[in-house]
Amino acid sequence: MSVILVFLLVIAGFAGWWLSHQRLMTKPWLEQGAAGDFVAFDRSGLPTAKIGLGVFLAVVGCLFALFTSAYFMRMALSDWQPLPMPRLLWLNTGMLVLSSIALQCASVAARKRQMDTVRLGLAAAGLTAIAFLVGQLMAWRDLTADGYFLASNPANSFFYLITGMHGLHIVGGLVGLSRTTAGAWNGARPERLRLSVELCAMYWHFLLFIWLAIFALLAGWAATFIDICRQLLT
Amino acid sequence: MVDITPADAVPPAEVAEMELYHPHSWWTKYVFSQDAKVIAIQYSATATAIGLVALVLSWLMRLQLGFPGTFDFITPEAYYQFITMHGMIMVIYLLTALFLGGFGNYLIPLMVGARDMVFPYVNMLSYWIYLLAVLVLVSSFFAPGGPTGAGWTLYPPQAIMTGTPGGQEWGIILMLVSLILFIIGFTMGGLNYVVTVLQGRTRGMTLMRLPLTVWGIFTATVMALLAFPALFVACVMMLLDRALGTSFFMPAVVEMGEQLQHNGGSPILFQHLFWFFGHPEVYIVALPAFGIVSDLISTHARKNIFGYRMMVWAIVGIGALSFVVWAHHMYVSGMHPYFGFFFATTTLIIAIPTAIKVYNWVLTLWRGDIHLTIPMLFAMAFIVTFVNGGLTGLFLGNVVVDVPLSDTMFVVAHFHMVMGVAPILVIFGAIYHWYPKVTGRMLNETLGRFHFWVTFVGAYLIFFPMHYIGLMGVPRRYAEMTDVTVMTESAHHLNSFISIMAFIVGFAQIVFLFNLIWSIRHGREAGGNPWRATTLEWQTPQTPPAHGNFGKELPIVYRWAYDYSVPGAKEDFIPQNMPGTFGPSREPA
Amino acid sequence: MPIVVVLVLIVLGSVLFHFLSPWWWTPIASNWDYIDNTIIITFWITGVVFAAVVLFMAYCVFRFRHREGSRAAYEPENKRLEWWLTIVTGVGVTAMLVPGLFVWSQFVNVPSDATVVEVVGQQWQWSFRLPGKDGKLGTSDTRDVTAENPLGVIAKDPNGQDDVVVEAADLHLPVGKPVKMLLRSIDVLHDFYVPEFRAKMDMIPGSVTYFWFTPTKTGTFQVLCAELCGQGHPMMHGIVMVDTQEDYVAWLDQQQTFAQLSAPQQTGSAEQAPGNATVSALKVAAKLETVGSR
Repeated sequence: MSVILVFLLVIAGFAGWWLSHQRLMTKPWLEQGAAGDFVAFDRSGLPTAKIGLGVFLAVVGCLFALFTSAYFMRMALSDWQPLPMPRLLWLNTGMLVLSSIALQCASVAARKRQMDTVRLGLAAAGLTAIAFLVGQLMAWRDLTADGYFLASNPANSFFYLITGMHGLHIVGGLVGLSRTTAGAWNGARPERLRLSVELCAMYWHFLLFIWLAIFALLAGWAATFIDICRQLLT
Repeated sequence: MVDITPADAVPPAEVAEMELYHPHSWWTKYVFSQDAKVIAIQYSATATAIGLVALVLSWLMRLQLGFPGTFDFITPEAYYQFITMHGMIMVIYLLTALFLGGFGNYLIPLMVGARDMVFPYVNMLSYWIYLLAVLVLVSSFFAPGGPTGAGWTLYPPQAIMTGTPGGQEWGIILMLVSLILFIIGFTMGGLNYVVTVLQGRTRGMTLMRLPLTVWGIFTATVMALLAFPALFVACVMMLLDRALGTSFFMPAVVEMGEQLQHNGGSPILFQHLFWFFGHPEVYIVALPAFGIVSDLISTHARKNIFGYRMMVWAIVGIGALSFVVWAHHMYVSGMHPYFGFFFATTTLIIAIPTAIKVYNWVLTLWRGDIHLTIPMLFAMAFIVTFVNGGLTGLFLGNVVVDVPLSDTMFVVAHFHMVMGVAPILVIFGAIYHWYPKVTGRMLNETLGRFHFWVTFVGAYLIFFPMHYIGLMGVPRRYAEMTDVTVMTESAHHLNSFISIMAFIVGFAQIVFLFNLIWSIRHGREAGGNPWRATTLEWQTPQTPPAHGNFGKELPIVYRWAYDYSVPGAKEDFIPQNMPGTFGPSREPA
Repeated sequence: MPIVVVLVLIVLGSVLFHFLSPWWWTPIASNWDYIDNTIIITFWITGVVFAAVVLFMAYCVFRFRHREGSRAAYEPENKRLEWWLTIVTGVGVTAMLVPGLFVWSQFVNVPSDATVVEVVGQQWQWSFRLPGKDGKLGTSDTRDVTAENPLGVIAKDPNGQDDVVVEAADLHLPVGKPVKMLLRSIDVLHDFYVPEFRAKMDMIPGSVTYFWFTPTKTGTFQVLCAELCGQGHPMMHGIVMVDTQEDYVAWLDQQQTFAQLSAPQQTGSAEQAPGNATVSALKVAAKLETVGSR
């Protein structure tokens, strides 16, 4: 369970940092009057939707941290046989990186109100994300064809489970992305469009980060890395 | 230190009205409503309905335990199905949903001075997914093989094997699917509760001016958002083990003389995931109760809550600590014995902030002006049962004391007292307290007092003696205790007594339900602020609050939530939105 | 005012119930009276706190209940008082935790002279295995479980041949000798629990757990399963008899070893075909019936 505990420690760090700016040590019964008289208004200047997405991403991060924890605990048991990583995953990774870059471009363009670039970026991001999903499915098919079935070894089970869970999150993101894209073509209000493009970009970058982490995990580098760290410590 | 900005320098964006969704038809107003108050009532009604099912299940269990062998239709199989569904419904579908979905939805926007939740559409979806989860759960009663009888902890391998009711049929699958749906639905609601507290607060509502109810619900929601994923992961993996033959949790096992295909999995892994959710879950239920009871005591004792700052820190501290105590549910699970030292220490440390909260509640009563209203009575009953249950927690948290007591009726008595009876008493108190705001009428006083006395005294008489049955060594989850030699004849009589008390207490709840329905029409008119309370929900222009909560202008908050009996003020309460300076040695505005 | 009376009655009633009721733990029959002592300490500390808090509350209601014209005092906090209460609580918690941890360290560290007894749980019966003359238990594996080899002892392991196998019958233990119970299950979680011994531990399929104790009284004790293990859970009883050394040796001599049990059936086991994984509910019912009739 150490992975999830480290993750929660990071969350707790954020929460503690935020709380430390909330003047929790003050004596509220001594402070009367309108807020401004005593307190700089403490609501964040960020759009509410972004904060909402941020909280949601913390939950998603928690989910994958727990999968990782379970992965390491199950891995320690004797029947674990690592499975080979399909080469295709590298290509898929590339697709997802492209997708993130495209959304980042769209987001920059939305700030400058260059509608054509925004549309191009959104379309490119959507297509590459779909390409990623198709690639993942092909990787699954290749593995199954080679006899690495879901139930034949826990390493396989975790591979399908975690990649599947990540894929589902991409699918969910595509729903949001398609709404944004539709808005970009149908002439949504620029501020609104800008916000939703930024939200998509934020979500995409986070899922890219998750993907890189679980790719490292599934390929075994994460375990090797931890072993090295452990040896350095002892 | 934070810079002090003058009031007129607050940028206009901060006080901008949020875009409010307006219903256009009867359907969108009362059924697919996006108004948090309607959603709150939907959540509460659904939770109460499914809670009644769980109440009936507990009666059936008590029939069997109190009068073994008398009721033939309660087979061991049926008993385990009752016990499982009772536990799961009460913990997840009733308590969690009612505190966060019900009270959270109703009170957060009103108490922080917002027009609604920040994402009303997602909030609506949250309820409908919750309802779907409940329906899936209920459907398992009608599935072939009936609901699962794996115990609410759903421990594998047992949960998905033939020897357990529903293990190789539909019961366990429907249970897992229902839990997964619940978690998805809850996450949608939880985002709303958290972000509304972060971003929806009205001008002047700093964190330290929030009522403790909001602090409790807010912290509990943050915890739930981080803890429920653990249950989600456990459910998904168990579903795969059950449906597709993977071996996440399933080791090689022999089932009724035949080898199963599973290999090498770890049942302990499930327990870690389950309790990583399960322990915070205790506080997900307890923290809202802590918060609400603080407000009830303060309002009805006409005195500010004693040590507000300590109360806030304790809530946050308990929330954080509760993530590092989960394995105290696993002292005798066969995990590495050295974990016992760590988890016993963390568990007993968490008793300190909890004790501080108790002291501050009773110290609030000291030199107060105690009105013995029904909410106040329930609040005091909560303190009795919570202190009792919390103290027996010190037995079970102390690893070596847990060894003889774990998995006995002592545990059952402990957790019913601390997270069954105590939070439910708070829920009752809270309903008597806020019902006038929700409906505009008071609940009937006579029926209310009857309900209080029967529930409080009855529940105490049920669960206090039960500890001693556990102390004798009688294990929990025994459909029949007749063969247990340590269970003496007199203890069987005690069991019958407990059962009879359970029926009486259950009956009182039906009186309460009648009161809830009857008083909507016939209750005494309450007026806007019958308890003369300070917090914002009592200052709305209409009662019940209209769509948008606060009329044309959002209130501005000038003070904390506990200005009761301030020296120099004429009334014994000063609403949060009343300007002006009162009291001794205050820094001027 | 009734609430004041009831609060006082609750404290009085709970204390009287504690001291006067006939329901208390069974007389101990093992060395774990340390555990009982820790429970007693905990009872005293928590009892005092419970009585103090509830009586204080009753007094507050009595003294400060609403009267015409009364007004509450104004006291937002009292740092000193809160600190004192925190420190006193901390001391109380430490007084319970420290003895607890000491006893726990005894509980997890098995004395070196403890003899080994293996308990195997299965739905819904107890079996036992004792090391033979060589003093070593042979290795085992759930995959080797068959009708003839119900404990899954690995036949190739020479250490296992002289192991004494007690299938679904009573276990005997010599009085006054520490035993290390090795706990194993072949199907679901179980928990080997004898209330008189105070100790218990879950049994997990796929791994071996343990606890240790020294029986201090001769007699017959009931074994209960303390971890939900399916429909037959409340019927999963067994018997442990704690004997004098002579009685124990006499009992041990009557038992059969693994080699004796498996010798005539060597050919039989090979014929058994691996069964279908889906077992009908009928089979469970039949199993329950046999367990119930015992």
